Amino acid sequence: PLSTRCCAPSSAAPAMNCRAEVLEVSVEGRQVEEAMLAVLHTILLHRSTGKFHYKKEGTYSIGTVGTQDVDCDFIDFAYVRVSSEELDRALRKAVGEFKDALRGSGSDGMGQISLEFYQKKKSRWPFSDECIPWELWTIKVNVVNLANEQERQICREKVGEKLCEKIINIVEVMNRHEYLPKMPTQSEVDNVFDTSLKDVQPYLYKISYQITDSLGTSVTTTMRRLIKDTLAL
Amino acid sequence: AMGTDLSSQDRKDLDKFIKFFALKTVQVIVQARLGEKICTRSSSSPTGSDWFNLAIKDIPEVTHEAKKALAGQLPAVGRSMCVEISLKTSEGDSMELEIWCLEMNEKCDKEIKVSYTVYNRLSLLLKSLLAITRVTPAYRLSRKQGHEYVILYRIYFGEVQLSGLGEGFQTVRVGTVGTPVGTITLSCAYRINLAFMSTRQFERTPPIMGIIIDHFVDRPYPSSSPMHPCNYRAGEDNGAVYPSVEDSQEVCTTSFSTSPPSQCVFTVTKAHFQTPPPVVTDTLKVPVMGLAFSHQLSSSRLSYQPAALGVGSADMGYPVLFAGGLNAAHPHQLIGPGKEGGVPPVPSQPAHGTQADQERMCTPQDGVHYTAATPSSSEDTETVSNSSEGKCASPYDLLETIFIRKVGAFVNKPINQVTMANLDIPFAMFAPKNVELEDNDPMVNPPESPETESPLQGSLHSEGSSGSSTGNTHDDFVMIDFKPAFSKDDILPMDLGTFYREFQNPPQLSSLSIDIGAQSMAEDLDSLPEKLAVHEKNVKEFDAFVETLQ
Repeated sequence: PLSTRCCAPSSAAPAMNCRAEVLEVSVEGRQVEEAMLAVLHTILLHRSTGKFHYKKEGTYSIGTVGTQDVDCDFIDFAYVRVSSEELDRALRKAVGEFKDALRGSGSDGMGQISLEFYQKKKSRWPFSDECIPWELWTIKVNVVNLANEQERQICREKVGEKLCEKIINIVEVMNRHEYLPKMPTQSEVDNVFDTSLKDVQPYLYKISYQITDSLGTSVTTTMRRLIKDTLAL
Repeated sequence: AMGTDLSSQDRKDLDKFIKFFALKTVQVIVQARLGEKICTRSSSSPTGSDWFNLAIKDIPEVTHEAKKALAGQLPAVGRSMCVEISLKTSEGDSMELEIWCLEMNEKCDKEIKVSYTVYNRLSLLLKSLLAITRVTPAYRLSRKQGHEYVILYRIYFGEVQLSGLGEGFQTVRVGTVGTPVGTITLSCAYRINLAFMSTRQFERTPPIMGIIIDHFVDRPYPSSSPMHPCNYRAGEDNGAVYPSVEDSQEVCTTSFSTSPPSQCVFTVTKAHFQTPPPVVTDTLKVPVMGLAFSHQLSSSRLSYQPAALGVGSADMGYPVLFAGGLNAAHPHQLIGPGKEGGVPPVPSQPAHGTQADQERMCTPQDGVHYTAATPSSSEDTETVSNSSEGKCASPYDLLETIFIRKVGAFVNKPINQVTMANLDIPFAMFAPKNVELEDNDPMVNPPESPETESPLQGSLHSEGSSGSSTGNTHDDFVMIDFKPAFSKDDILPMDLGTFYREFQNPPQLSSLSIDIGAQSMAEDLDSLPEKLAVHEKNVKEFDAFVETLQ
C-alpha cells in the first residue's frame, strides 16, 4: 500500500538495481551502540561529499569533508567518521532507539538495523514522489550475554577484530564503483543528496530497524526518517 | 596505445591528480601511525587547497620525504610507491610491520572521465584508506608507542619489497581506480606474526636486556630511503622552512559541471603564498598558553635511536628530535617545538583556537604540548572559529607557519656517523654492545657518566639544562629558562622545575648493569628450587586468593 509519506518502508524486498549488502555481528549488550556507529559511520564516510555550491553555467564546487578518529570504550576498536556533529547526532539517535528496542520485551537479543540510500523521483500530482533505493546495507545483530569479566575482556578483543573485518568488507563494496546516482543539477540536488546538514552532504538515506522476537517472527518497527524529507499529501 | 585518446589537458590533470594522490596517501598513512587521534574540520566552502575535497593535513617533512622518494616521477607499471611502517624497540630491535603499496597496472579505462570520475574515485579511495589504516594490527601498536617502542616510516619508490614481513603476511586491498593510462591500486601487506610483539607484551614487561628479538629481517638498504619516526609532534600545522620548498602552493580549484560531462570545467591554479618571514631563533619567548615542559619527557624517546643513525645518513632513520637547539638547521631533522629551545613567538591569532587545535592534535600522552607559530603577516589565514562543530579547529589558517629546524640535543653529529658500508654485519647498530658505535654516541656514553650501558640510561643523564644538572651540555642546545607549566613557586619551597632538575640524574640502577645482572642471574637460578619449595608450601593460600578473584 502506498503510504502518504514519500517513501514506503523498505523492509520489503529491495527494488531492482538496488544492491544489498548484509553484515552480521555478535556483540555484548553494551557494545551494540559503538559497533553500529562504527559500521554506519564508515559507510556514510564513503557516501558523503562536501557541500555543493552551484554557480553559473551549471558548474558547482564542492566543500571539504573533515574526518576524525573515534575510540570505542567497550570494544578494542577505533574508526574514522566524517566531522559533522549533526550527522553524528542523527546516527546516535537511530542507534539509541535500536538499542532500546533490542533490550525491550519480546526480544531475544536479535535484530537488524538497515541503512538505505535512495533517490527521489518526482511524480506528478496527485501521486507522491517515489523513493528508489539504490543501496541497502543491513546489519544483523545478535546480542550475547556474558558470565564474567574474563569473557568480557575476550569479547572486547574479538568484537574489535570482527569489526575490522566488517570495515574491510565495506571498503571492498565501495571499491566496486558500482552504480551511484548521477551528479544532480541544482534543481535536482535534493532528490539525490541530503542538503540539510551545514557541513557535509550525504546521499539521501534512511535508517530503519527490526527486532526479532523470541518466537522468531519479525516485529517490524519502522523508524521515522531522521531527516526532513517528505511531501505529505 | 597509451594516451593517444587523452587530451593534453586531461593528461596534465591526470598526472597532477596522481601526484597529489600519492602525496596525500603518504600523509594519511603516516598520520595514522603517529599514535594520536586525527581530527580535521569539515568546511562547507571550498578553500581551494583541499585536494580531493578531503581535509587531510600536510605534514611538511612527510611531503618532503615523499617528493624526495618520487623524485619527480609518478607511480607507473613496475614503479610503485611504498610506505613501509616498522617498529623499533628501545633496545634497537626493529621489525617491519606493514608495506603500503601504491601501484599502477596496465589495465586502462579509456572511457573514463578524468576530471570528474577519476577525481571523485580517488577521493573515495582516500576515504577508504582512512578507514583501512585503522584496522590493521599496526594501528593499535602505534597508538601505544612511546615508551617501549616507536613506529617508523620509510618511503621508497620502485619495486615492492615484502620479504621483511615474515611468513604468512596478509594483504588487504584498499581499492582501485581505473584511469586512461592504467589502473591505480592501493593495498597493504601486513605482518600477522605479531604474537610476541603484542601491545600487551609491551605494557606488562619491561625491556629485557640483551635479548635480540628474533624477527630481524635482512633488510636490504635501498640507495636512499631513510626511516623516520611516526611521531611528528610539530608537524600538523606548521610549514617548515625547507630549502627546497616551492614558494607557490598548487591549489586545486575544483569546479564541476552538471551539464554533459564533456563540459567539465576543472581548473588548477597556483596560489602564491608570501614567503614566510624568517623567525628569530634566539628568542625564547614562552608561549602565552602555558605549555607543559616537554623536552625532558620527550627526550627519553630519543634513546630509541641507535647510535649509528647519524644525521645526514642516507641509509637509516633519523633521530627524533624534540628538544630544540639553536641554529644549525639540518634539512632532515624534525623540528622540535619544545617550549625551550627556540619556539618561535606565538602569533596574535586567536590563541584559544590555536591552543585548542594543538591540544587536539597532540594528545598529551605525556604532557607534551606544542604551539604553532604563525608569521606576523596574517594574509591568507582564516580565523579559527569555534563553530558548533567545536571539536576541532582547522589547520588551514596555519598554512604559513614556519619552523626553524634546530639541531636537537641528542643528535649525533655527522662526524660520528658510521657508514653502513663499513660494517659487515647487517643491523650492526642494533646488536647490543656494539662498543665502537656506542662510544661515539653522546646519548649512550655521555661524558659525565661513562658507566652508562644502555641508551635509555644515557638519555636520562645527558640533559643539557641550565639548571644544576651537570649533564652533557651539548653545544647546540641551550635551555634558557626551565619553566614547567602550571608549577607555582609560592606553594612549595621547591617548585616542579627545581625538583625535576635535582632528581633528573638518578644513579644507575644496579640491576641494569650487565655484570651484576649476569651474576645475579646465576644466583637466581640457584635459588629457584628453594623458592619453589616455599611457594608449594603456601599453595593453599594462593588458591584461596585466586578464588576470590573469580
